[in-house]
Amino acid sequence: MVVVKEYEAMLEAYGKAGGDQNALKTPEVANLVVHENKILSANEVPGIRLDYQETENGIIADLLVEENTKSKYPIHLCFGILPEEGLQEITLRVTVQDGAEVSVIAHCIFPNAVNVIHSMDADIKIGDNAKFSYQETHYHGQSGGIKVIPKAKIKVGKKGIYESTFTLIEGCVGVLDYDFEVFGDEKSISELVVKVYGKKEDDIRVAEKIHLNGAGAKGLAKSRLVLNDRAKAVVMGETYGNAPFARGHVDCIEIVNGEEAIAKAIPVVSVRDEQAKVTHEAAIGSIDKRQLQTLMARGLSEEKAIDVIVKGILK
Amino acid sequence: MNILELQELKLTFNGRSVIDGLSLAVEPGEIHGVLGVNGTGKTTLAYLIMGVNYTPDAGKIIFEGKDITTYTISQRAQMGITLAWQEPARFEGLTIREYLEISRNLGLDEVEDCLLRVGLNPQQYLYRAVDVSLSGGERKRVELASVLAMKPKIAVLDEPDSGIDIVSLPYIMNGIVEMSQQGTSVLLITHNETTVEIAPRVSVLCAGKITNTGEAKEMCQWFKQNCQVCDHINLPAY
Repeated sequence: MVVVKEYEAMLEAYGKAGGDQNALKTPEVANLVVHENKILSANEVPGIRLDYQETENGIIADLLVEENTKSKYPIHLCFGILPEEGLQEITLRVTVQDGAEVSVIAHCIFPNAVNVIHSMDADIKIGDNAKFSYQETHYHGQSGGIKVIPKAKIKVGKKGIYESTFTLIEGCVGVLDYDFEVFGDEKSISELVVKVYGKKEDDIRVAEKIHLNGAGAKGLAKSRLVLNDRAKAVVMGETYGNAPFARGHVDCIEIVNGEEAIAKAIPVVSVRDEQAKVTHEAAIGSIDKRQLQTLMARGLSEEKAIDVIVKGILK
Repeated sequence: MNILELQELKLTFNGRSVIDGLSLAVEPGEIHGVLGVNGTGKTTLAYLIMGVNYTPDAGKIIFEGKDITTYTISQRAQMGITLAWQEPARFEGLTIREYLEISRNLGLDEVEDCLLRVGLNPQQYLYRAVDVSLSGGERKRVELASVLAMKPKIAVLDEPDSGIDIVSLPYIMNGIVEMSQQGTSVLLITHNETTVEIAPRVSVLCAGKITNTGEAKEMCQWFKQNCQVCDHINLPAY
């Protein structure tokens, strides 16, 4: 009974966070819904196997996408803690076998967090000619009493594709310690995108690392942060070109929109092969004056114009 | 009554006079050309009218009989004034459809119509971002489409033809005519005497002041004979 109530509450929060509630009820859609350390719902579909177990403070989940499976629907993951306090440790092991293609839509929901820790430790293996897209969206309350620690190590096989987008723009971030590291094999494509809207006292650390180890591997580490109030952030985008014709790029934009907000960017580009090339661009500054004036010249107030620009950057 | 009157505007920048007693009147619904070589104060004039970056040291800006000299950009825009920049800003994450809908609530049909009027196929452009992926010509056409979408009372167009290829130029010119036909007065600021021929009245700008106003043909001739060979040193304000 308690589980049913928690499930309904999670579904409601999931909907508010922008998730598709129907997707969690559809048998054709693989899903996993976890509240604290309780698995409230889990569904497998042909070609996608899901093993899971509850632990003292979270869960361990193994997701296997079988060879050449082309999933019609994304896998939906929903993690969260609804009470004000709690600890959730997610261990996620993903294997996407050769030739398989799948996308994951993950929502992490902490609407009432006052003293919450949510960590994810992911180990992702993407086979040759396989494709894995991972979108993680966070929905936080306004208190900022949460610590989010997503860490992942991703191996991308030959001609494999890995795309991930981490979005935390709703509510206060709290403390974020994001650390994703990708190892790309021959002709693989890896793209890491992080979008965060910091407010109040938020403390943000983002580390995106891409190792281009195979010939012709490509990688992009992209981050977009907007900082209001007294929020502070440091972004470390690192790309290593270790093989012939590897191509990598670090692209970081941080907008400081508060007198006491602090932004730092530490891009690292390294090449170990004379035929590899990696580049970086980092821009930290206030809202672009010309953009602001242009929108005001269409009749928007300054506040509304800033809102449009910020939402565009974080879209 | 003139829709816009600039009365004896003066602006000094870093101790140098860049607008020097400039007076100009725009009638309702007209395309009024302003012709000037580089550095004569064309962009500064556009900025003064829109309230961008500068407030005049002296003189008045009168819009529909009201003194708006100290109004903010937003206030002027809400009264029906807008500006299309010589180099329009790029916006990451903002689609062309969203950009055109910023000034007022438009139906999809209206947005598509605005794009068509500047020669952009809605199917190709509606959901593209107003970012660096657009060429200079595409961005300028989008800018004109956004002015059409706003339906302002007066549009100040700062060199809409500069940096435009010969394929895009007719669409830009058509967009300006369309703007006028929908009832928007246009102040068409340019250094190109061919562009300004679509304006029934043209004023010549030199060293921060209007030297002549008259019919386009006559003013273009005067411009060619005098301004293009003039040894007067004009410097931009910025």
